[in-house]
Amino acid sequence: MPAISYLYPAFELVRDESRCTACRLCERQCANGVHRYNAELGRMQADERACVACHRCVALCPTRALKVVRTNNALRPNANWSQDAVEEIYRQAESGGVLLSSMGNPNPFPVYWDHLLINASQVTNPSIDPLREPMETVTFLGKKSVDIRRGPDGRILPGGAPQLRLNVPVLFSAMSYGSISYNAHEALARAAQELGTYYNTGEGGLHRDLYRYGANTIVQVASGRFGVHPDYLNAGAAIEIKMGQGAKPGIGGHLPGNKIVGDISRTRMIPEGADAISPAPHHDIYPIEDLHQLVHSLKEASGYKKPVIVKVAAVHNVAAIASGVARSGADIIAIDGFRGGTGAAPTRIRDNVGIPVELALAAVDQRLREEGIRGQVSLVVGGSIRSSADVVKAIALGADAVYIATAALIALGCHLCRSCHLGRCNWGIATQREELVRRLDPEEGKRRLVNLVTAWKHEIEEMMGGMGINAIEALRGNRLMLRGIGLTQRELDILGVRHAGE
Amino acid sequence: MMREGQVHIPAGCAISGIISHDGSDIGGEDIVRSIAVMHDRSNGLGGGFAGYGIYPQYKEYYALHLFYDDERAKSACEAFIQAHFDVVNLSRIPTRKHKRIQNEPLLWRYFVQPLPTKLQESQLDEREFVARCVFRVNTDIPGAYVFSSGKNMGVFKAAGYPEDVGEFFRLEEYRGYLWTAHGRYPTNTPGWWGGAHPFALLDYSIVHNGEISSYDANRRFLEMFGYACTLLTDTEVITYLFDFLVRRQGLTLQEAAQVAAAPFWSQIERMEPAERERLTYLRNMFASLLITGPFSILLGFEGGMMALNDRLKLRSMVIARGSKRSYVASEECAIRVLDRETPVFSPEGGQPVILYAKRKEA
Repeated sequence: MPAISYLYPAFELVRDESRCTACRLCERQCANGVHRYNAELGRMQADERACVACHRCVALCPTRALKVVRTNNALRPNANWSQDAVEEIYRQAESGGVLLSSMGNPNPFPVYWDHLLINASQVTNPSIDPLREPMETVTFLGKKSVDIRRGPDGRILPGGAPQLRLNVPVLFSAMSYGSISYNAHEALARAAQELGTYYNTGEGGLHRDLYRYGANTIVQVASGRFGVHPDYLNAGAAIEIKMGQGAKPGIGGHLPGNKIVGDISRTRMIPEGADAISPAPHHDIYPIEDLHQLVHSLKEASGYKKPVIVKVAAVHNVAAIASGVARSGADIIAIDGFRGGTGAAPTRIRDNVGIPVELALAAVDQRLREEGIRGQVSLVVGGSIRSSADVVKAIALGADAVYIATAALIALGCHLCRSCHLGRCNWGIATQREELVRRLDPEEGKRRLVNLVTAWKHEIEEMMGGMGINAIEALRGNRLMLRGIGLTQRELDILGVRHAGE
Repeated sequence: MMREGQVHIPAGCAISGIISHDGSDIGGEDIVRSIAVMHDRSNGLGGGFAGYGIYPQYKEYYALHLFYDDERAKSACEAFIQAHFDVVNLSRIPTRKHKRIQNEPLLWRYFVQPLPTKLQESQLDEREFVARCVFRVNTDIPGAYVFSSGKNMGVFKAAGYPEDVGEFFRLEEYRGYLWTAHGRYPTNTPGWWGGAHPFALLDYSIVHNGEISSYDANRRFLEMFGYACTLLTDTEVITYLFDFLVRRQGLTLQEAAQVAAAPFWSQIERMEPAERERLTYLRNMFASLLITGPFSILLGFEGGMMALNDRLKLRSMVIARGSKRSYVASEECAIRVLDRETPVFSPEGGQPVILYAKRKEA
C-alpha cells in the first residue's frame, strides 16, 4: 500500500450517539470490518474506507442509530473531470489493474422503458376487471410451427417442438452457483417451482441437492463448460447456451480460485483453488454454423425433449445475429441488455459496451417478422426489467417473456452496493463465506421472491385489463398499446411506436 | 386528418345476417329492412352488405368490385387486370342517385378468371393467385381499391347509413341465399368508402361489431404471411385471420373459432386429456391470432356463415334458428322486423354458431 491514499471514502456512516447502545451488532454484521468497538472510549467507531453502502448495519441496528450518506467531501467541480473519473484514475494509478465492477451499468443512459406509456380503454372498448373476469398470463416458450398435421380421422395431431409453460411471463435469469450462494440458488429454485416458472443455473453447474427442482430449472452451458455432463443437461426443463451477457458483451468470466471451494469445486468439476475462467468465445463456436452444431449436439444429448435457449448480449447488430440464431435451430433467444447485472465485470466494458435492451428487442422482433421467422423462436429479454410496467412494455414491444435477476436479488435483500466481486456480501447472496450465506434463509428468500412476482402478476393483470386485453398473447408485439414520450423520430422508428398524442 | 389506412380507427356498430337453408333466394330489400331498424347503432359514416349467390350467371368467375378515386387509377388498375385476368364482363356497378350518399368514387365491377399462362407461371393455386392480385392492386395502385373478390358473391358498401347505402346500390334488384349487413359507428373517421364493412377477401366477408384490443398483435403476425393490412381496421385483420386459418392452414371453421376466441386455460385444463392436448396445441401454435376485446362477427363464406362472439361476450348478438331461414343480429328487433315467430337465443361467448345453406344448383 502506498503511504498516502488519494481516495476519500465515498460514504459516511452517521451514528446517532444518543441512540447507539454499543451493542456491537453492526460490528458482527459487517464482513467489511467497518465497525469496531473502542473500549477506551466506550463507544463504536467506523472506518468508512471499507464501507460499500450495503446497508446491512443500517437495516439491523436495533435502535436505528445508523445511516449511510454520500460524502459531501468534494473535489473542485468539473463537468469534464467528474469526481468518479478522477477517483478511478487514482485507483488505477495505485493498483495498475483493470477496474472491476458488479451489477448493472449505473450511468445515466436513456432508459427507454421510462419513455414509453401504456394505453387504456375508454368508451369504445370496455376495460376488463381482473377481479371479476379471467385474466390469463400463461405463456409458452418454444417454436410455434404452423404446420398442422392430422391423423387419418382428420383430428389434429398435437406435437411439435418442446415448450416451456410459464404461469407468468417472468423467469429468473442466469446466476451461477459460485457467483451467488447456495441459499440464494435454493431460494430461486423453490420460488420458480411455486410460481410455475423457471430459474437458471448460470454457468456454474447444478448442485446435486437442487436436482429435485429440475422441472423448474434451466441449465446453462457457457464457454467454460463448468459442471456440464449428461445428467446435468437432462436435469432441467431447458438448456441455455450462453453466448454473451449484457453486462460484459464480448468477454468471458472469471471466478477467482479462492471461491472455488468445497461444493462449488465439485459442482463446477474443477479442482479446489483453481480459477474458473470462462473464455470470451466458445472455443467450438467461431461462425454461426458451429452454433447450429452445438444446438443440435445438446438436443441429441437431451433426446430432443427440451427447448434450447441461446442467450446473446444486446450489441449493435443484434437483429442480424438473432436472425442467424433463429435459423440455427434454437427454440428461444434470450437477449440481455447493457444494463444487465453481473457478479463481476471490467468497469469499462460494463459501462460502455452494448446497447439498451428496449432497442435491441424492438429491432430483433421486427427483423424476425420481416423475415417471417418470428414464430420459429420465442424471445426472452432481460437487463434490466425493474417493475411490472417494464414487463408489460417489453411484451408489447414483442417479447414473449422477461428474465429478471437484479430485481430478484433485490427481493432477497440486495441493496445494490455493486460489490459482489469482493465476495463479502453481507446479505448472504453474492458470497461463499459460510457465516454470511447462513444469513439468507432459503425459505424466507422464496417467500419474498414469490411475493414479488405475484405482486407483479397482479399489476400486469390490472394493466392488461385496462387495455381490454385478457390474455397475455394478445399483448405480445401489440405496439399500438405503447406511445413514446420525449423521443426523437429515429428512436420512435426503431421502437416501432408512435409518439404520445398521435 | 389522416385517412383510413394511415391510422388505426376503432368503431362500434350494428350487424345483421340472413341465411336461407333451402337455398331459396332472399331479396336484398330484406337485409336492408333488418339493418335499418338498428339505425341508432350507426352514425352515418359507413354501411354495407355482402350478398352470396347473387351472380348465378357468372358463378364461375371472380367478381371484382372496385373503388377508383379517378380515371387515372382506373386505367392503371384495368391494365393490371388485363395483364393477369381474362375479363368476361365489366360494367359500372348499378347505383341510383341518393341525397345522403355523397362523394362517390368510380364504382366498377369485373367478372374475371386468372389468365391460364399467368396462373401457371405463378405456380400458385388459383385462389392464392387472386388473393395476391388483390393485395397488389390495393397496395401498389394509388386510388384503386378492390373491395370484393369472391365468386358468386359481392360486397356493396359506402359512407352513409346502411339503409341509404342499400338504396344507393339498388339491392332490391339482387337475390341471394345469404346476406350480411353492417352499420358503422366509427369513433373517428374521415368517412372513406373503403373503410366501411363488410370487408372481404375471396369469398370470405366479415361484418364486425366491436373493437379488438389484440389488433396490433394479430396484424403483425399476419403480415409475416404476406397479408398487407392497408386499412388498419379491425375487420380487415379479422378477415385475413380467418383466410389464413381456414384457407391457408386448412383449419375447420370450428377450429379457427377455437383459435380466435380460444377457451380459457382454466377451461382447457378441465377437459378430457385428448381434447385438452388438442386445444393447448392449437391455442399455443396460433397464440398471436387470439382476438381479445369485444366483438361480434359474422363471417360469410361460400355456402354459409359463422357467428362468433368474443370470449367474454362483451357485445350483444342474438340468433334465431328457423327451419327455412335463420337470422343473426346485434339486436332482436332486427330479426323481428322480418320474422315475428322464430325464437331467439344468445350464443355463449366464444361459441361459434355455423349456419349452412343448401344451395340450389343453377
